[in-house]
Amino acid sequence: MPYPPVLQELIKRVERTRPTRIQRKKAGQEFPAMSLEEREKILEKYHPDFIKGTKRPIRVGPSKGYSVSNELVSLLEAKSRVNPDGIDLEDVALTADVLIIGGGGAGNSAAILAAQNGVQVLLCTKLRNGDANTMMAEGGIQAATKLDKDSPYLHYLDIIGGGHFKNVPQLVHTLVTEAPDVIQWLLDLGCIFSKSLDGRLQTLHGGGTCRKRMHYAGDITGAEIMRTLRDEVRNNPDRIKVLEFSPAVELILDEEGGCAGAVLYNLETEEYLVVKAKAVIVATGGYGRLHIQDFMTTNHYGATADGLVIGYRAGLELCFLHTVQFHPTGAVFPEQVEGLLITEKFRGAGANVLNVEGEQFVYEKEPRDVESAAFIRECSTDVGKGVPTPTGKMGVWLDSPMIEALLGPGSVRKQFPGKHILFRRHGIDISKEPMLVYPSLHYQNGGLVYNANCETKIPGLFIAGEVGGGVHGENRLMGNSLLDVVCFGRIAGKSAAEYARQRPRLGRLSLHHVRQYHKELEDVGIKTDAVAPMLLPDYVSAESKKRQLTSRYLGTLR
Amino acid sequence: MGKKYEVPAELTIQKAMEHAGYQLIRGCGCRGGICGACGTVYRQPGSYRIQVGLACQTIVQADMYIAQIPFFPANKAIYDLNTVEPTGETVAALYPEIFKCFGCNTCTKSCPMDIDVMEYMSQTLRGNVRKAAELSFDCVMCGLCTARCPAEQVQYQVAILCRRIYGRHLTPRSSHLEEAVSAVQTGRFEKKLRELMSADVKELKKHYVARETEPDMADESWKPKAREDL
Repeated sequence: MPYPPVLQELIKRVERTRPTRIQRKKAGQEFPAMSLEEREKILEKYHPDFIKGTKRPIRVGPSKGYSVSNELVSLLEAKSRVNPDGIDLEDVALTADVLIIGGGGAGNSAAILAAQNGVQVLLCTKLRNGDANTMMAEGGIQAATKLDKDSPYLHYLDIIGGGHFKNVPQLVHTLVTEAPDVIQWLLDLGCIFSKSLDGRLQTLHGGGTCRKRMHYAGDITGAEIMRTLRDEVRNNPDRIKVLEFSPAVELILDEEGGCAGAVLYNLETEEYLVVKAKAVIVATGGYGRLHIQDFMTTNHYGATADGLVIGYRAGLELCFLHTVQFHPTGAVFPEQVEGLLITEKFRGAGANVLNVEGEQFVYEKEPRDVESAAFIRECSTDVGKGVPTPTGKMGVWLDSPMIEALLGPGSVRKQFPGKHILFRRHGIDISKEPMLVYPSLHYQNGGLVYNANCETKIPGLFIAGEVGGGVHGENRLMGNSLLDVVCFGRIAGKSAAEYARQRPRLGRLSLHHVRQYHKELEDVGIKTDAVAPMLLPDYVSAESKKRQLTSRYLGTLR
Repeated sequence: MGKKYEVPAELTIQKAMEHAGYQLIRGCGCRGGICGACGTVYRQPGSYRIQVGLACQTIVQADMYIAQIPFFPANKAIYDLNTVEPTGETVAALYPEIFKCFGCNTCTKSCPMDIDVMEYMSQTLRGNVRKAAELSFDCVMCGLCTARCPAEQVQYQVAILCRRIYGRHLTPRSSHLEEAVSAVQTGRFEKKLRELMSADVKELKKHYVARETEPDMADESWKPKAREDL
């Protein structure tokens, strides 16, 4: 749907201020960035993390008393999908040296490295292999690869500043020092990154970076990485077996307390399968599809916190989940693409952010939490300068046509082919018309506790990617998630393979931890029919449900 | 056939199916037009033409007939990227069926990403791996081209092979990257990083605020004033 006349009128205001803004940008005059104090103030007043009543303490488990989003607490205080006394753990359907749960960037990187380290790998995933948030990452991947102006030291500083100085230092150290090798590895796997003719990789800024170190492949960086990793996994059929549409619903421990496999659920035949493995990697990603505080989300269909739930039940602690990342620029128009990620690379390439008057109100490259808070403030009744959409929402303008003037005609189409074609389908030419955006639920900043070798306190259980917490502190910067999944995916693959190779025999398989968890729920007086992990969101309309007379939903699944 | 659903007019095919009571297992992925999980063919009443689209991107139309093709059992060649010769012959040896193409152009007409599929396939036939890689770059690997191809080609698998060969062997090496990798390995940044890791928040803030920001419009020749952080 093209912009209706009301919005077209408002776009004229953006066009009026554009020439001056382009001139200022060319002259290096930016809208003033906020000081650390100003950042703190705006976050406390306008960021959704600070809204009272949206979080509550978890009443059971290893992080009992820790307050996180209500939606997540509800899952953590739910029961298992399997009755631990009703499943025969001796009936082993599949065995592997390393079981990897999750088919995104972390899981596939881990599979390649584990296979290289000489073990048999089983990768199970809820949807198709590669259907994951990695695929949707657009803007780029950070790494300090240009030592004439950048260094891992500065990358480190950017990361912890963005994360409110609370990140786990050892994890950040690993991330920034592994980063150049991650890029080299991806290039060696055949990823096509944008390069100059002399081989110099092209890089851009992201929010909160002091140097341009965002490497990219058009505006489909994540897809380029994901499809390449997946192809490489499939080049190793003797070492890596892939099982699709089979999420894990519970981890299996052995009698000594080490991790020894998982219970998988075949979404189509509705069978539960016992997998026995010497090492297990949880790489299940994040929780955008919980729609925290009813926000729209940029996330993949499968992002339902499954790994958090099963890892927590097995005894892993949680960290940094008290903050949720909202991506400043989720699309709010047209309605069909609502919530969709509009990459930060647009702002990295120079596009301003504007209110209904066509005025700038924030530096476009603040860290994501600060930028989002500024958008929410502008659209709030306190300021009242949001742009109203036809569906009664609010947004602000992202002035993509500026990029044509800054980088040359045709550059929007060239740099952002994915978004250009997508909006064109709806009758909007983003090289001529700005986009309407508002913060959208984007990233789970925290997660399960792990260390720089991807180990956890449970022997044989490893963590990689968004499901883990600590490396990004309280707020992740752009381009560090793709880096995170490949960096820690590779490490997890190697660590798990080494562990599997020297692990002697597994003890008897056990779901006793699930039994205990159920007892703990009972002990604190939680009586519930709710089950977790959620596995798939439920978008069936209420009207249809009314007619599903003989259906029974267990959690969100029919 | 015959099942009729009423849904709000502005929904995508994907949202419309959910609205109507389907819980999608196959055929739903990123919901944003990039993962290729929801390839869909449809037809309008009164028309013989088969149309295609991604279910998450295509708006429903009244009376359309829909079938999702969420998976196609396509062949994928196994190869070692490190040792393959970066030539068209390699591609032809791994996918000999490319010679069976008879140029009907159905693949191009079936591409929801508006890629000229037949053109990159003919570039492959001519041995131009680079061109095939460039032309296929936007491919989401939904498999609609393959599903519709009467010559049983696996266009999207051929395309990723070409892209990987091109990315690995036919683009210039990045010497600055190789330099960075070896600098890290020699431990050049360890001392300063260890200092940061043990610094308190006050000191970290001091370093953070003092960072010099590379200007937006700076080109590759830009150098920071302070060299001690490099």
